[in-house]
Amino acid sequence: MKIFEKLSHIDRRFIYILIAIVVIVPLLLKPKLPIVPTKPVKDIYDYVENLPQGSNILISIDYDAASMPEQQPFLEALLRQCFRNKLKPIMIVQWQLGAPLGTTGLEKIAKECNAQYGVDYINLGYRPGYVAQMVGIGREIRDYFAVDYKNVSIDSFPIMRNIHNYNDFALLVGLEAGATYLLWVEYAGGRFKQKIALALNAVSAPDAYYFYQSKQIIGLVGGMKGAAEYEVLENKPDLAVAGMASQSYSHILIILFIVLGNITYFVEKSRKKKEGGR
Amino acid sequence: MKKNLVLLLLSLTLLFSFSFAQEQASGGTDLNPNAISSETERLGSMLQLSDIPNDGGGGIEINWTLNDSLSNYFITIIRREGNIKKIVASDLLASSGQVRDVNSDENKSNVKDGTEYFYTAVLSEYAVSQEILDYLVCDSLDMEAMTIADANQVYLISDESGPVKSKASWFNLERLTVLISAIIITFLFLLYLQLARKGKELYIRKISGLDAVEEAVGRSTEMGKPIMYILGIGYVTDIPTIAGLTILGRVSKKVAEYETKILVPSYDPVVMTTAQEVVKEAFTEAGRPDLYNKNDIMYITQDQFGYAAGVDGMMLREKPGAVFLQGLFFAESLILAETGHSIGAIQIAGTTETAQLPFFVAACDYTLIGEEMMAASVYLQKDPLMLSSIAAEDVMKVIIIIILLIGLILGILGPGMHIEFFDKLFNLLIEIL
Amino acid sequence: MLKGKNIPLAITFTVGLIMIVSFFIPHRPFGDIEQISLKWYSIIAGFTMLLGVDSLLGLHFRKVKRKEENWIHSIVLIAGFVMVVIAGVWGTIQYGSAFDERSFFTYIYNYFIVPLQSTMFSLLAFFVASAAYRAFRARNVDAALLLITAIIVMLGRVPVGELISPYLPKFTDWIMEVPQMAAKRGIGLGIYLGALGVSIRIILGIERSYLS
Repeated sequence: MKIFEKLSHIDRRFIYILIAIVVIVPLLLKPKLPIVPTKPVKDIYDYVENLPQGSNILISIDYDAASMPEQQPFLEALLRQCFRNKLKPIMIVQWQLGAPLGTTGLEKIAKECNAQYGVDYINLGYRPGYVAQMVGIGREIRDYFAVDYKNVSIDSFPIMRNIHNYNDFALLVGLEAGATYLLWVEYAGGRFKQKIALALNAVSAPDAYYFYQSKQIIGLVGGMKGAAEYEVLENKPDLAVAGMASQSYSHILIILFIVLGNITYFVEKSRKKKEGGR
Repeated sequence: MKKNLVLLLLSLTLLFSFSFAQEQASGGTDLNPNAISSETERLGSMLQLSDIPNDGGGGIEINWTLNDSLSNYFITIIRREGNIKKIVASDLLASSGQVRDVNSDENKSNVKDGTEYFYTAVLSEYAVSQEILDYLVCDSLDMEAMTIADANQVYLISDESGPVKSKASWFNLERLTVLISAIIITFLFLLYLQLARKGKELYIRKISGLDAVEEAVGRSTEMGKPIMYILGIGYVTDIPTIAGLTILGRVSKKVAEYETKILVPSYDPVVMTTAQEVVKEAFTEAGRPDLYNKNDIMYITQDQFGYAAGVDGMMLREKPGAVFLQGLFFAESLILAETGHSIGAIQIAGTTETAQLPFFVAACDYTLIGEEMMAASVYLQKDPLMLSSIAAEDVMKVIIIIILLIGLILGILGPGMHIEFFDKLFNLLIEIL
Repeated sequence: MLKGKNIPLAITFTVGLIMIVSFFIPHRPFGDIEQISLKWYSIIAGFTMLLGVDSLLGLHFRKVKRKEENWIHSIVLIAGFVMVVIAGVWGTIQYGSAFDERSFFTYIYNYFIVPLQSTMFSLLAFFVASAAYRAFRARNVDAALLLITAIIVMLGRVPVGELISPYLPKFTDWIMEVPQMAAKRGIGLGIYLGALGVSIRIILGIERSYLS
């Protein structure tokens, strides 16, 4: 029984090492696991797939480096789908420190798909002031984004010629690490009836189910799992799919910890009961 | 009549020259010049115009309905005011069914209230070319033309709709339910305020997390350790941050009474300044303004994880005896709470972010769940006037529960069991709400 | 009368009332108030950053001056601060934007900020494990139910769940969409009513603890 006593006072660093192992080893060995797309993810994929050629998609980068492993794979998969279907992504940034991530992702996939800047896609960069901007785009995007991320007038790009406000976007996709999505739903969705799809970090994804159920958003990509599903749908397994093995095994390890923790708890409890009985 | 004939001839010529060009093109494209005209002979006056309801003026709503076969086509909208024409929007998806012609910051008089406007739609299979856009707004275009074409495709033009005028509304009818609810809750609030003034005892249930404030501050003082108060990563405009600041006021008063030290690392400079004022006031109220040190309420950074790292570092160095986590927290919640646990501090957390509550419950000694946090300042002060707002909230909650129950029953009987009468009632309820 | 604490209370009441009125009346001048005040807030918030910088640098300069404990850390902070500011300004002058791919600022971003932020966030994985091990105990029937649900959701959210049974992910989705949402909506309702209460108390001047 001493082992249980020891286990109940286990050094947390031991737990940390085990977690590190189950995260790193699968990343190196890359075992294959089945990934079946769930409905909220498939809804977005199907919606984008059925958009007519030439439709504009507003992509908002509302995450930063911390959420890169969860959001970047989805961004890339979505952009691949856009360029494959000849849809036009227009990128804006609400989290300043996400700007370089959005740019890197956009440039990488645009190069891969031979898309031309200013014709097939554009990057409008970061502007401060979430709410003012979200309401503002409802009237005229030029009020806030008169120039692109390199300070070139957006009117000099053919893609922006006919874009003025939410009416011109077939879909708004928010990649969200925080609560910015609430404002998108409230302002772009509520006031301007913009169709919205959201990709949220796993930790906050459960919060957005409200909006999915009430059909305020067309779909929901939750964390790396959602991104992996999107990669599978797009038929190009990449980083998120690779990360799923790590996530699977770490979940199993945490479950084992919980079970072990409970066994020690009950053993300790019965021992104390016995001692109390004496 | 004559004019129409001329136009028809012009269109036919264009069409003919286009088909000819198409035949000439080697390899050919998949464009189908007759795609539109074969499916719809005539658009008619397809646009329904109206003033945008419940707005501040300067906006026209343009709606249209087309059959499904045209849902992947593009629509361009032209506005006419006297002889002046303007492209309102181009290349809209026909399936979107709606566009709004509104003012912008740059052009505040785009749509003038009281002016008569006319609108025309242009339908095309592919995105509209610049030449056509220029042509559509030029003086020589006759708004009664039915088709035009360029080298790529044929454009079908609707009849002109209008006139329509925009106007500003004096009341936003969509918000009537909100107004009624606001009136009800204000009335309840004032009613209970009156009752409280007359000496009616108002009950508030025990919130153990708040009862523990004294214990936490006391124990921390005994150990000779400071108290750390973390307001999270919200701004001063966020209600949970405001609630966190009100609790800070009460906690600081206790801190001053116990003559100990309080550290408030902040994420936002405005929150920091407000926190400084709150703590200063609490110390003064407790009669110990001399103990107040402005530098104990400091700014860290406005980067989520930078803030978490900074606060964690401070926790490990200063080893506070009690840690309060009250405000708006996101993914950093557990990083902070676990570090607090590792240094053995008593932790009292509170947030409105439901996704973070489980983390706090797991890692902290006490957690204020959502509304408990909002009620904290009332609970800590137990002022009868303030208690009246909690009583009013409770009555409002009962009203909402009753509405929910009615909705549930109607939902089962109406859409669920298809009883027409209840179905109508259910839809009525939804419309009212 | 209007003196001392009454002035800020009167301002709070008036502004609160105007904002409420403007919510219901879209006609000018009320309709524009929200947008105007949001812009004002953005401008003011921009300037308050100076207060933050003053607080941060002031604190660490003092630490260095008095050679307080860990003052070396303060030097690192001040040096880092100055370096990033210079890199940002220099990048803007040289390339038109601090975030230009060639700028040193972008280099700092890619090789300092990105890994540092990711590291902090990834700590969550470790902390979740240790918190779960320590706190997740089946102390009573409620806790046991919660524990079983948690295990089902954890398995259902990863591909392993699919391997165990194809129904597991579906069941997980149901848990997320029905019981989870039910509880959340309940809590949410309380929170919004609570927020309403706080707002009314502040506007009516009953809640004053935020005032100095």
